[in-house]
Amino acid sequence: MASASAPARGRAPARDVAGLGVGRALGFVAPAFLLIGAFLIFPAVWTIYIGITNYRLTGVEAVSPSIVGLSNYTKALNDALFHNALWLTLVFVLGSAIIGQNILGFTLAWIMRRTRPAVRRTVEAFVLLAWILPSTVVAYLWVAFYDRDGGTLNGLLGTQGTAWLIDYPMACLVVFNTWRGTAFSMMLYSSALQAVPPSQLESARMVGASGWQTLRDVVFPHIRGHVLTNTLLISLWTANDFSPFLLTKGGPNHESETVPVYIYNVALQGGELGYSSAISFLLLIANLLVSLVYLRLLRRRS
Amino acid sequence: MAGIDIEGLATVYPNGVRAVDGLDLHVADGEFFALLGPSGCGKTTLLRTIAGLEAASEGTVRIDSVDVTRVEPGKRGVAMVFQDYALFPHMNVSENITYPLKVRRVAAATRSEVASHTAGELSLQGLLERKPAQLSGGQQQRVALARAIASKGKVLLLDEPLSNLDARLRLEARTFLKKLQRDLGITTVFVTHDQAEALALADRIAVMDSGKLRQLGSPREVFARPTNTFVANFIGSTPMNLLPGKVAASSGVEGAPRPTDTTSSQNGSAASSAAVGLVSVAGGSLPAATFSTPVGAEVTVGIRPEYLTVASGDVTGPALRGIVVVAENLGTQSLVTVDCDGTLVGVTVPEETEPAPGTAVALTAPATRVLLYDHDSGELLARQPAPVA
Amino acid sequence: MSTRSLPPTPAYVLRRIGFYVLICAITLFFAVPMLWIASAPFDASPGLGVHWPDWTLENFRKTLEHPYAMHSMVNSLLICVTTAVAVTAFAALASYALSRVRIPGRDALLYGLLLLSSVVTGTAAMVPIFVMMFQLGLIDSRFGVALVMTGGLLPAAIFILKDFVDAVPKSYEESARVFGASTGQILRDVVLPVARPGLATIMVWAFVNSWGNFLVPFLLIRSIDKQPGAVLMQTLTDEGGSVNLQVLPVFSLLFSIPVVVLYLLVNSRYGFRFHGGIKS
Repeated sequence: MASASAPARGRAPARDVAGLGVGRALGFVAPAFLLIGAFLIFPAVWTIYIGITNYRLTGVEAVSPSIVGLSNYTKALNDALFHNALWLTLVFVLGSAIIGQNILGFTLAWIMRRTRPAVRRTVEAFVLLAWILPSTVVAYLWVAFYDRDGGTLNGLLGTQGTAWLIDYPMACLVVFNTWRGTAFSMMLYSSALQAVPPSQLESARMVGASGWQTLRDVVFPHIRGHVLTNTLLISLWTANDFSPFLLTKGGPNHESETVPVYIYNVALQGGELGYSSAISFLLLIANLLVSLVYLRLLRRRS
Repeated sequence: MAGIDIEGLATVYPNGVRAVDGLDLHVADGEFFALLGPSGCGKTTLLRTIAGLEAASEGTVRIDSVDVTRVEPGKRGVAMVFQDYALFPHMNVSENITYPLKVRRVAAATRSEVASHTAGELSLQGLLERKPAQLSGGQQQRVALARAIASKGKVLLLDEPLSNLDARLRLEARTFLKKLQRDLGITTVFVTHDQAEALALADRIAVMDSGKLRQLGSPREVFARPTNTFVANFIGSTPMNLLPGKVAASSGVEGAPRPTDTTSSQNGSAASSAAVGLVSVAGGSLPAATFSTPVGAEVTVGIRPEYLTVASGDVTGPALRGIVVVAENLGTQSLVTVDCDGTLVGVTVPEETEPAPGTAVALTAPATRVLLYDHDSGELLARQPAPVA
Repeated sequence: MSTRSLPPTPAYVLRRIGFYVLICAITLFFAVPMLWIASAPFDASPGLGVHWPDWTLENFRKTLEHPYAMHSMVNSLLICVTTAVAVTAFAALASYALSRVRIPGRDALLYGLLLLSSVVTGTAAMVPIFVMMFQLGLIDSRFGVALVMTGGLLPAAIFILKDFVDAVPKSYEESARVFGASTGQILRDVVLPVARPGLATIMVWAFVNSWGNFLVPFLLIRSIDKQPGAVLMQTLTDEGGSVNLQVLPVFSLLFSIPVVVLYLLVNSRYGFRFHGGIKS
């Protein structure tokens, strides 16, 4: 072995327990990082470049795009449809993730703590099923559920003829996404609640704290980090979620066109690849900003 | 002759910590050798450096007179038992035991022969098909030993071999281990933080602290004559009394008791009492060999609770006088704490002879058992350095 | 609880009733939209609403005869098996090296990649990915879809697997090494078997994730005979018509089965748990 004659400094450090050596370790890492580089990092960087061109799906600019500087970004500033998409995304994230999934997920985790295992398993099975079913199946289920003529919702409410997806598209999406994603928050919060020392909960009961006081004074301080992590993840996922497209395609008349759907419509329906890249880049930056704020908050905690 | 020779060995971690710091050590062929010290003293790093799992930064390691300092662990001829045993969870006992042979591409038939033979030696018959998770802690430990033995290393290294067993099993395993080592006659180095374990098992003990050797000797030497206050503090199930004192009368160099006298303490104290000096300590005084230390010099007086005697009634010679504070039952004996002029002194007495708290007592000790340490360096004051074998 | 042994107070009874009403309401909220997939496939006259079916298996026959339905399942299988195998193999190699060999800035790098992957695999990068695949000539290629999915899933897979490998005691490998095993022998005899549960979990996770992925194949696949199930459903929905009301429910059901079965399998064998990275 080469390392046998190498000087002490050249040897892999003590943690290299299998005697892998730095060379082979790099070889192990290489294929994964090449793929990540090609299909994740490169597209992210390339977004910036395409965003400053007038690249189009078809026509002259598809063959020889030219650099147009920041004009795509100035266009976005004045684009009412983009503003509309931003606003709808905000509503979508706030309604379905930060409020809907977070609160429903926590409520489920909290009330399921001391429920009988059979009840607990049944409820969890339905919540989890909503989460693991393929997105197109789920979207179709909800399209059927909301349907104007034979939909189950109208059947239940006795409101035959109400076209929910057309009359109240954003409300439908918020309910749908709450239904779809609550499982993650529920699981994260139940594992977080298990980490709250039972002795502290018992102490709270001994001094006669009410349920709400116990939550506020004992439970929340323990799970603050989990709440932050959960909120960040579900917000990012919701903001980038493409399933609204499967329910409403952004319609009617852009009323449910969140940013991802707008990007798709601009890029592949409108063919404006340059402009949609600029918007993609803005979305990326927004994502990163949210993540940074979250990291700040998380660090302040400790 | 598969001895281990270590010269000027240092193991430095990337963060600059010198876990092993310039060590010289010789382990004789067939010896059962203990590396003892508190956690973080470098004993495990030293063992892992011998095994080749840590790279030596300076110095050399020789096994069987061959320099193996830069040799891969698998080519050093060492076998090792890890603290968590490291039994492969997906292999059964037989496969675990013979894995070292499988690595060397020994034929399957030979392997199963070795497995059943070694299992017999370690009373593991009937367990060969089991997975490690189906074994008790003691059985797992024996499988790990069996695997180490089956690998036919020249040297056996054990990292805290008994620490994962509960107290009762530990005693049983200790006896088993000592007998096994005797029977095999294999050079064995083991690491422990438990001084009782080291005293019970080892032929010789190296006490380590901060990557350095603090004392090397037989269990008897290390127990009876710790060469510094660190070792004195560390060894013994009841801690040694280490009390500030002053030399009151010099014994002179010639009158000093020899270390070999320690085996006959009763006679020794009577015979040499005329020639010994005196230290004043805790409001009283004790006889002691003072060697060349001048009268009036400040020293640390070390005396084990086991070597102090409680005398009732009048005592004429040098003694400590005080009031019993508390007595703790240790089974066949009791640890009695005595307040001697504001200094607490521990003394052990046989069961059912403990004086009641509040009793006035006098404590005496033979001069050979009273050790004097340098007040500043904590090193044992002696006529010559402690004998090193 | 002490309250159980005493005669229940009215307040306690009320609270229990409220509690179960709440649980029932939540369960109904989650269950009702799903009922359709349980009833419509077996109904002789399937509609969009839920009603007690007029039992028949005719819809299944129709679905099996559909020119693209079963074919799209094969496409899904092709894409997802490729993705799952590639993700598992590459993530295993990378996470092992990252766990066992000290590489400066490793944790920050992993966190950064994880963050990036949760942002970029979504929609923010659909344009560059489309343009890139277009220029590479990988539009309408199932292999191309698998590549893009693999790249997107790898960071999270490495993150989860590294957590798993970190938890495997290093003494296993050290022990094998002291007994003279070579690096290859250590990996084959010790590391791989010990890591098997983690690898299985990751493989299932990657498979389920790519099975449900709609956006990537929707962007990159044009011809209907190469569409995986997720995209074909959308195509069928857009077409509308009564034929599809026979095919779609059955197809939804069949398309959901692998995911549910795999989930149950992992859940029963290894338990579904959160790994350190997500925890906090």
